[in-house]
Amino acid sequence: MPETPEHNVAEHLANVPHSRAVGMKHIFDDDEYCEIAISYADHLVGDPDTGVIHGGAITALLDNAAGMIARPRDMPREVAAIATLDMRIDYMGPAPVGRDVHARAHCFKRTTNVAFVRAVAFVDSPDEPIATCTATFMLGTRNTPFEGKS
Amino acid sequence: MKILQELRDEGRGQDLTALLEHIPYAKFLGLEVEQQGREIVTILPFADHLVGNVNLPAIHGGAVGAMLEMTCVLQLLFDTACERLPKTVDVSFDYLRSARALTTYGRAIVTRQGRRVANVRAELWQESRDKPVAACHGHYLLSPLD
Repeated sequence: MPETPEHNVAEHLANVPHSRAVGMKHIFDDDEYCEIAISYADHLVGDPDTGVIHGGAITALLDNAAGMIARPRDMPREVAAIATLDMRIDYMGPAPVGRDVHARAHCFKRTTNVAFVRAVAFVDSPDEPIATCTATFMLGTRNTPFEGKS
Repeated sequence: MKILQELRDEGRGQDLTALLEHIPYAKFLGLEVEQQGREIVTILPFADHLVGNVNLPAIHGGAVGAMLEMTCVLQLLFDTACERLPKTVDVSFDYLRSARALTTYGRAIVTRQGRRVANVRAELWQESRDKPVAACHGHYLLSPLD
């Protein structure tokens, strides 16, 4: 019995330790878009002088949003992983202190092996980005435990 | 409070461990730094909260990216006398291999340092330096116009 995609993304975020630790939450997703968010939190601060959250937290958020929309809906997570090939992030400005940061990712092309994704991080509206991102993902990479020496 | 200025006043302007102590996100990740002369190596001991794929298991791409960025910034802070933390303008990551449940090491090189912008490259590895798990190059604003 397939789960609803919405349920799936939220559950996935809760099950990935780093996503959970950063505090990612599901906002919405459909066939083309996936939006997740992080709440402002003290442990995410990157500049103690200003209280602005670290670019790394935005990177994690964008990577996660982009990765989730890259996965074709008919490719079960248990069977195949997707792997980030590359990701470029442009930072337009600091995330306002105390505000949630959203990341909305859009998969605009999927080939047999590769998904091409754009994503934007914002506070109020995707039209006012604090960061944008372009990423490519390999689809259907191995998702079984590493063998031999760890 | 200007943390860089404070450390400098204490004569610890190049004590990157002391700086990391003041950056909450670095502490959250568990990032450490080792200085040997002018060479700086960042160290990220494996921890469960870094995991992005529980099946493999592998470290989250976001944690890998954050470590790359911080490796660049620390090298920049060491090489230049920045008044404030450099701001990332853009950064491009290559994910080369899965970052496994192992300690990760990082090294960065400032390829060009201008007056306002610096170009920096960084690489992460685990078991062997010649098998990098990820690399990045980015542009950093040293003295923003404000």
